[in-house]
Amino acid sequence: MGILDGIPHVRAVPSHRPWPRVVVTEAGWQAAINQLAAGRLTLLGFWGESSAVHIALLDDAATEIAVVTYECAAGSFPSVARQHPPALRLERAIHDLFGLTPTGGDDTRPWLDHYVWGKSFPLGSRNAPREVVPYRFLPTEGEALHQVAVGPVHAGIIEPGHFRFTANGEHVVRLEQWLGYTHKGIESLMPGAGVQAAAKLANRTSGDSAVAYAFAFARAVEAALDIEAPQRATWLRALMAELERLANHFGDIGAICNDASFALMHAQTGILRERCLRAANVAFGHRLMMDVIVPGGVTCDIAPDGVAALRTLLAEINKVFPRLIELYDNTASLQDRTVTTGIVKTEYARQFGAGGHVGRASGRNFDARRALAYAPYDRLSFEVPVLEAGDVNARVWIRIREVEQSVALIAQILDLMAPGEIMRALPAGRGECEGLAVTEAFRGDVLVWLRLDTELRVQRCHLRDASWFQWPLLETAIEGNIIADFPLCNKSFNCSYSGVDL
Amino acid sequence: MRKTLLESLTHGSLTEPAPAPDESALAELASKVDRAAQARLGRSLAIRQVDAGSCNGCELEIHALSNAFYDIERFGLRFVASPRHADVLLVTGPVTKNMRQALERTCDATPDPKWVVAVGGCAIDGGIFGGSYACVGGVSEVVPVDLHIKGCPPTPTDLLKGLLALLEHVGGKR
Ligand code: SF4
Repeated sequence: MGILDGIPHVRAVPSHRPWPRVVVTEAGWQAAINQLAAGRLTLLGFWGESSAVHIALLDDAATEIAVVTYECAAGSFPSVARQHPPALRLERAIHDLFGLTPTGGDDTRPWLDHYVWGKSFPLGSRNAPREVVPYRFLPTEGEALHQVAVGPVHAGIIEPGHFRFTANGEHVVRLEQWLGYTHKGIESLMPGAGVQAAAKLANRTSGDSAVAYAFAFARAVEAALDIEAPQRATWLRALMAELERLANHFGDIGAICNDASFALMHAQTGILRERCLRAANVAFGHRLMMDVIVPGGVTCDIAPDGVAALRTLLAEINKVFPRLIELYDNTASLQDRTVTTGIVKTEYARQFGAGGHVGRASGRNFDARRALAYAPYDRLSFEVPVLEAGDVNARVWIRIREVEQSVALIAQILDLMAPGEIMRALPAGRGECEGLAVTEAFRGDVLVWLRLDTELRVQRCHLRDASWFQWPLLETAIEGNIIADFPLCNKSFNCSYSGVDL
Repeated sequence: MRKTLLESLTHGSLTEPAPAPDESALAELASKVDRAAQARLGRSLAIRQVDAGSCNGCELEIHALSNAFYDIERFGLRFVASPRHADVLLVTGPVTKNMRQALERTCDATPDPKWVVAVGGCAIDGGIFGGSYACVGGVSEVVPVDLHIKGCPPTPTDLLKGLLALLEHVGGKR
């Protein structure tokens, strides 16, 4: 049975690709919510525009996707979060940006809006001013409890956000996050931008996932226009995506160990990370490989000495990394900090559709590269490691295993990649069209949805980071742990701030 | 573990020679830093990094400064956890409106004499995010900036050049 068989709808939108989008009335909207709440479908995305809201639904088992649209004639829509908590922050963000009100929802606090933009509902058509009320953190009661407020400016070199801990002695009884500090209004800069300019913006949604975002954006445009990038371009894209994954996993494995005061690992993985970035620079002319992937293909082929640089990199990793794994595996003082710390329950990972290492360390067997088998991953062989323990240690091991897979993938790509075109022109005159794409970033799936006008300009573009569904799980993971273990837990997630603040 | 440790002791240093300080950065500084401060600080600077809304790309490269290749501490430059311990604020991002107050307060909490270094295209004038309702623009719209380091993101070498220029100037050498 397809996703949409269980959701009554009034019409389908023919120019939406590659998965269907349908418009529903309240009955259809409610049916979709029911399926989410019952766990039959996973919430893949939830976004607004001036007078409509959309949810992307994923059938995990069938790896089928559909988008359901509710037109908010009265400026409101039935709350999804009331029955399905993973929708909550997205719903609050939709209200902040568009002024569309979730009816029946009980958490109406702003999320992105800190009342300093100078206007309310900046992307909406509503002009109403918004009542300014001080942010209320959720109440905690009990005589022995005390609160610790951290951020937005943290002690390390990390992104800004606010954490409110309520602790009983050393033990955290509640953590509440308040983000939005890096809200740049990216989705407001998209409309009217040509696809190339918009690609640059997408690229900078979250700097550590620059390639993954550019990849998803390019594929969304190509889906909308019903074209495919040349084969060589897809090989090069995957090459960059795996290099990005390697660099980030190396950085994180080291940083997690560093937060457990094991600096040697940090120093060693720091060297490997730097080698990845240097190889990327030789091969593609930019350490973070920004602006190489664009709609239609890639802007440059791999440099003449790029292949050699990548092979040298792989050889170095193959030599050094097994020893680092051994080191991690044999250092009891380190494991003392990571084993059973910060557990994400498997049922939460499933309910929230947690992607990346957060989901896969807690038994959720989803990786967009395999589940959706987009080019060129449909032609590559690799494994998706999955563990059940859900603790910091499991998240480290997922990363370790993914490093091994990425190394093998890069080697395969270098062997398989044949010469050919790297760019194809975008067809003009397609008319208004819409595209959806999901790619696997190092921290999980990135979703890009967009609508193009007849002149190949973006009308609306939504970018959804995996962190939307991971941040709330960090709140649950820290419960019952001591405050001192928070940095370790936090690093093992490494959620994006910029990617969710947008 | 012993093997890894021994190897790292014997395989020689990865640390690279220091890049020459950036000339244009030096010129920019010359007009701004006063001599009394130079005498007081000598050749050591404590840096507090502030992300005022960056995409995180700049942070990744700032992080890289501490790896074995760049090893920033050999220059007497080190990152500190509090603005109260800092001589330099290294600020990134198009300064989002949501971060404006936090940046001001961080700057106020930094004792004088202090220097503000704006890192990355965004920090100079808002960069690609400049036109948004949610961004202030460059760092200098909020706090006085002594030095700009360009790039999107600037490479660790660019960062090091800029910071060395600052250090040279502060140290009163050259
Ligand atoms: S300058 Fe570039 S890398 Fe730095 S924050 Fe801005 S967009 Fe990101």
